[in-house]
Amino acid sequence: MVQSHAAYDSKVEGNIIFTRLDSAINWMRKNSLWPMPMGLACCAIELMATGAARFDIARFGAEVMRFSPRQADVMIVSGTVTYKMALAVRRIWEQMPEPKWCIAMGACASSGGMYRSYAVLQGIDQLLPVDVYISGCPPRPEALLEGLMKLQRIIEKETPIKDQIAGIREAAL
Amino acid sequence: MSPKAKKAGKQRSDSSKLRKQFGRTKIREMREFRGEYTVVVKLEALGEILAHCRDVLGYELLLDVSSVDNMGDDPRFEIVYELATMDDRKHLRVKAPVSEGEEIASSVHLWKTANWHEREVYDMMGLRFKGHPNLKRILMWEGYPYHPLRKEFPLAGKPSEMPDVAFSGVAPLEGGPFVTSPGADRVRGEPRAKGES
Repeated sequence: MVQSHAAYDSKVEGNIIFTRLDSAINWMRKNSLWPMPMGLACCAIELMATGAARFDIARFGAEVMRFSPRQADVMIVSGTVTYKMALAVRRIWEQMPEPKWCIAMGACASSGGMYRSYAVLQGIDQLLPVDVYISGCPPRPEALLEGLMKLQRIIEKETPIKDQIAGIREAAL
Repeated sequence: MSPKAKKAGKQRSDSSKLRKQFGRTKIREMREFRGEYTVVVKLEALGEILAHCRDVLGYELLLDVSSVDNMGDDPRFEIVYELATMDDRKHLRVKAPVSEGEEIASSVHLWKTANWHEREVYDMMGLRFKGHPNLKRILMWEGYPYHPLRKEFPLAGKPSEMPDVAFSGVAPLEGGPFVTSPGADRVRGEPRAKGES
């Protein structure tokens, strides 16, 4: 007897997962966050340690440090942002394609830190939207990884398709 | 004779040589403090004396150029040149008082390193150098309206705006700066806000 209805045949097809498009996109995005290493001070040393073998940021799919903003997804502002550097940081942020996220790593990037000074921007959130703040001076690599995982949890909850449709509607109006 | 005593002897003889060469009209004062020799000269004679230090006394190395703001005094500023030799056998500090608005003869033709040092003095303190080949700001951006190491400039900074170049704001000091009081007992010497913001 020949069965002719279309059905899932585990012997032939196998390994199929049903999901929503939003979830699939989020899953892909959160596991391939390419960082733009905005290393400005000593936090950058910890950032480098996080990228190296012992802490191994590759476990989270974020090992591809891109020194071109065009290829980056997340800007890790690690270090003291002086006023002289501030607009350059924003320019690089603006050169990053959407979707993009920002991690303010350490006290200086978050709030100016110990530099209550004429020369230092009092927190990078004055210039660009920050998703995750990491405390510490400098934070340990574990803290940066924790921040990255926090960002992954934020990305999990996003609704990229809905946002895109809303964007198209807005453009049509 | 210990190397330290030897060094002190060389420096002492150099400062007396300077006094003999230039006399009281050009040299205001000689000072010694713990083996460091300082010559305070008149600003008009600064270039001539620095050239003499390099060419005759052999100070071929300029370690640093800095400036001091003695607000309230007249003359208000002081310019400080730290001289040394390559083999570190002697040091000499040459100072000159500078009034507000007065120009200092540049030393770039004597020591190339003076180029950036004098730019820093100009940037931070606002003292101008005559004959400097490239007197522009070095730490702050061109167009920044203040000289931040002057005494009247607040630690927290002042707002400024240079479109597409840079801007600056006022840092929240929350009653600070928090500073220790030297000389006080342990409790009163702890860092405290001085309420200057």
